[in-house]
Amino acid sequence: MRLVVRAAEVTGADELIDISGAHVDSCLYHGEASLDFVDRLVDGGARTVVPTTLNVGGVDLLHPELYRGDPRVAERSRLLMDRYRALGARPTFTCAPYQLADARPNLGEQVAWGESNAIAFCNSVLGARTNRYGDFIDVAAAIVGRVPYAGLHRTDERRARMVLRLADDIPVPLRDSDVLFPLLGIVVGRRAGSTVAAVEGLPPGQSEDRLKALGAAAASSGSVAMFHVVGSTPEAATLEDALQGREPDAVEVITPAELRAVREELTTAAGDALGAVSLGTPHASAAQLARYATLLNGRRISPGLQLLVSAGRDVLAEAAEHARALETAGATLLTDTCSYIAPILRPTQGAVMTDSAKWAYYAPGNIGASVIFASTDECIESAVAGRVVQDEAPWR
Amino acid sequence: MALSGRALVLDEPLSLWGGVDPATGEIIDAHHPQRGANVAGRVLVMPAARGSSSSASVLAEAVRAGTAPVAILLAEPDLILAIGAAVAEELYGVRVPVVVLRPEELAAIANGEPYEVKMA
Repeated sequence: MRLVVRAAEVTGADELIDISGAHVDSCLYHGEASLDFVDRLVDGGARTVVPTTLNVGGVDLLHPELYRGDPRVAERSRLLMDRYRALGARPTFTCAPYQLADARPNLGEQVAWGESNAIAFCNSVLGARTNRYGDFIDVAAAIVGRVPYAGLHRTDERRARMVLRLADDIPVPLRDSDVLFPLLGIVVGRRAGSTVAAVEGLPPGQSEDRLKALGAAAASSGSVAMFHVVGSTPEAATLEDALQGREPDAVEVITPAELRAVREELTTAAGDALGAVSLGTPHASAAQLARYATLLNGRRISPGLQLLVSAGRDVLAEAAEHARALETAGATLLTDTCSYIAPILRPTQGAVMTDSAKWAYYAPGNIGASVIFASTDECIESAVAGRVVQDEAPWR
Repeated sequence: MALSGRALVLDEPLSLWGGVDPATGEIIDAHHPQRGANVAGRVLVMPAARGSSSSASVLAEAVRAGTAPVAILLAEPDLILAIGAAVAEELYGVRVPVVVLRPEELAAIANGEPYEVKMA
């Protein structure tokens, strides 16, 4: 309760509101401080009072043999994940709780979520309401069942104050391709920072997986907790809706040159040698697992190359048929954690290709990987060929 | 009471998680212009925090490991860092003030110069 009150002081709230659920990120081990904190909660007899899902942890409990790091860190990571279960949280261990039908909050529902990509998705794509809750306060909110009534919990704070308009000369093949969305997300994060922005100029009805990629990237390059995509997200049927009838503080244009520059910047690898391909950051949806299997179309991945596919354990169970097809093709399936957090990748001289801007953003610092950013199709084709296969068509 | 240290003025916002190694205090974000600088014992100055919700844990762990900045100065409030600091104080009895200054006050701080944070 002290932490929730402290949060109210920082956010300037003068009242607390009830929440209907929480998503807790604190179960990822960052050192002994992580355990010191949860031990304090467990020793005090704390329990979660609202339905609570858990974010990724430091180890894959279903595939422990994949872990290549310090066994002591693995043991402490596992212990931390167990402690959070003991508080009453559900062992989902996924960064994409919004993919679980029974854990998805509805439009307008008040919740407390941690994990930057999940926060952005919750507010923007589901229209449920959370602030950017970090470690410790996420579980504190789940135990107290209340949060300060401030920020994105309030309707007026959810209006776009900035409009980011896609330039008219963005090539149509790029505008219609999946690869646009992670790149666009990096630009949105940089331009908007923590400001709510409305993205204008995309065809309506964009898929959840595209919006997920946009949000994950925006929450990596900036502190984006909410964005609108006009015609696609629930509080932005029109630009006027996103702006709540008011004038934006700024209107900016996103050019093809800027998107090209971000694409080049996300690739940190100097050479063309390919060691691994990583898909599923944030955790792949059932639709994405199906898409990977379709793109593979019965082909096997190149011997000596590692294709890692990360997904939540519940999604993997739901899409078991596609999961089997991926395993038959030689892919390694990873649950409960992520390949840029845990030491999972086999040692390789080559670069790692990914379709995730978030993975590309964090992996060089976290695990020392050199990265080639590419589209999902390019990733699968490269995994089969065992070398970098790129398709320049969207960029012409 | 006051805390002091040399200012480390960052040119861009930094996410502590994925951006700082709490074992050493070193900035490890490959995309950050000040990669390789060390935050330990410094007064960390940046316009805003960025990115991951895990930064609260990284701050608490850095306090435990003795690699944390002595204070963090920002131009806008950041709940994630404020909570990380509150937990570190609760667990380890060490205060890392997270202070919000006006942008012009923040801009007046030069990298490397001594800076003192007065506390109530």
